[in-house]
Amino acid sequence: MNAHLTPVFQVNFPSRYRSGRLARWVFQFSTLLGIALLALLMFTILDGLMGYAAMTDKVSRESLAVDNVPLEALSSAQLLGILQANLSSNAYQTLDNQQTLAELSRSRLYTLVVDRVVKPRVDETWSLTESLFKRDEIFTRAAQQYPDARIEWKFWLNSKFLASAASSDPLQAGVRSALLGSLWTILITILFAFPVGVGAAIYLEEYAPDNALNRVLKTNITNLAGVPSIVYGMLGLAIFVRTLQSITSGALFGAADPAGATGRTVLSAGLTLALLVLPLIIINAQEAIRTVPNSLRQASLGLGATKWQTIWHHVLPNAISGILTGAILAISRAIGETAPLVVVGAATFLNFDPNGPFSRFSTLPIQIYQWTSRAQGEFRNLAAAAILLLLVMLLSLNASAILLRNRFRSKI
Amino acid sequence: MLSSTSIALPVFQTRSIEGVNIDHAPAIEARDLNVYYGHFQAVKGINLKIEQRQVTAIIGPSGCGKSTVLRTFNRMNELLPEARTTGEVLFMGQNIYAPDVSPVEVRRRIGMVFQKANPFPRSIYENVAWGACLNGFMTGLGAPSMDEWVEHCLRKAALWDEVKDKLKASGLSLSGGQQQRLCIARTIAIQPEIILMDEPASALDPIATLKIEELMRELVKEYTIIVVTHNMQQAARVSDYTAFLTVTPERSGVLVEYGPTRQIFMNPRDRRTEDYITGRYG
Repeated sequence: MNAHLTPVFQVNFPSRYRSGRLARWVFQFSTLLGIALLALLMFTILDGLMGYAAMTDKVSRESLAVDNVPLEALSSAQLLGILQANLSSNAYQTLDNQQTLAELSRSRLYTLVVDRVVKPRVDETWSLTESLFKRDEIFTRAAQQYPDARIEWKFWLNSKFLASAASSDPLQAGVRSALLGSLWTILITILFAFPVGVGAAIYLEEYAPDNALNRVLKTNITNLAGVPSIVYGMLGLAIFVRTLQSITSGALFGAADPAGATGRTVLSAGLTLALLVLPLIIINAQEAIRTVPNSLRQASLGLGATKWQTIWHHVLPNAISGILTGAILAISRAIGETAPLVVVGAATFLNFDPNGPFSRFSTLPIQIYQWTSRAQGEFRNLAAAAILLLLVMLLSLNASAILLRNRFRSKI
Repeated sequence: MLSSTSIALPVFQTRSIEGVNIDHAPAIEARDLNVYYGHFQAVKGINLKIEQRQVTAIIGPSGCGKSTVLRTFNRMNELLPEARTTGEVLFMGQNIYAPDVSPVEVRRRIGMVFQKANPFPRSIYENVAWGACLNGFMTGLGAPSMDEWVEHCLRKAALWDEVKDKLKASGLSLSGGQQQRLCIARTIAIQPEIILMDEPASALDPIATLKIEELMRELVKEYTIIVVTHNMQQAARVSDYTAFLTVTPERSGVLVEYGPTRQIFMNPRDRRTEDYITGRYG
């Protein structure tokens, strides 16, 4: 053994610090880039959300004034009179059959008069930036091109937008049926995917013996999570829409939609999305169950608890926050899915509300896609409003995931 | 002395293992016990009779299968992947590995305290009450209420005075030694006949260790205790009987010597025991 080995150290702090600083800058830059892109996205949405719109009335409001009282201030009876005078008796009768007109409130009647008699038409819309910075230009141009038009500041995400069904008139169009379709679909997705996914995760983690078959199974579930969503759409089309048509259309239960949904129903869409998110839920739940320390299971079993008592009293309560977080994130992915629903047969134009699992449906992303592909610029404003609505829905889901997690975590 | 030793015993509504209760039968008798992990034989041909109402220590060098042997006594070992047991373990004369015996019933009669304290992430009260509740703890007809029973068990585990004002606090908020005593209280609460302890003090400081040891001497008046320890002084201090295991060249654990602790430590019959006890090996 050589007792005189003398090591030489070249500490070189400056270069170590330099590379450390460089790494820090790179990470900082990526973060900033991410924030900038996110801000850009928000800006684009907001840009389309509000701004000036030039609108021309088919029948001028002045001509409808009675005894110099402007249209806005007329009484219910006068508004009813205008409706009767300007609509064909057939159209008036149809309206009256839908909702007894005499019982409607004044504001509802006013809206009806505007929609059915005044019939404003959007000539052109301008984005938020244009409206803010080129105000004068907009007004002079509008005065030249649309001499009869009124220029109004329009906020596209309004209560009417939320309450109206789809329409080919951008002023009448709303997201109600799409929103309800989204909610129905997601409800079915949750009802199916959550119990099945958590159940499968419990089986795989707690019961399944560690053999080759189960290892292949676990690996493939992970792979399934990466399968493109359109493939799930094809699967849903083949299984739910075609093969199980008698069930998904409701014909088997005598509940088939008279409009002839033929399997292209909320139920098919919900189940397809459930298939799509099932692997995600299983993987997340497995992960959460795996974080429960084994010592806890042993403690429980050592007290004479059965396997199921151990799972129910100790494994699940300790894994539930992770399971819920994972499930909610998976569900929010399902809410935003478009491609598989196009394949399953979401309606691109739906002017009635889905009213159950056997109803035809449209969803928010489908509606957005459909509006952005229309030629008229006004529909892009509507799309922006719908996108904001979708984002709000997603953010509130994620927020509820965080709240749930914290709630369960604080319980000892 | 503990004030509540006069408490009536609780009534549990669980089916117990059918078998003859012979007063002088060994609490546990292992007959040609072998344990395998896959193709590896971890424990080989153990024959052992453990006396009732005594502390029996199992000692031996690392990897000799002490814990494995202990875990076969309440069928916890079969929870490990690929573990396989052959031979017989008789509990009060009945083979707990017989095909019609459920491991759940075995564990209800033979409790276990683990190396690392593992209280449930719940309140101190719930930690003690849960196991009893689970096993059909009945109140009324002279049987204690759950509150009385929890207090009794915590007193037995010498923990009551430290936690009586914070029964609703999390079991995890206690110190390591207190957590281990909570685990002991939790085990007592299901009224087992035998308590298995797997190095219960190995993660504790000397004072907490001493408390656990005192507790074992106290508990042995009512329970049969089998303790695995790598600490020979501890074995000498607390146990009445000692079993010494060692490893064969194939890394399997075998029983070398078993007898009264005094004899094992003062007058070992086997050379390997003597080497280990005097510190020449292990």
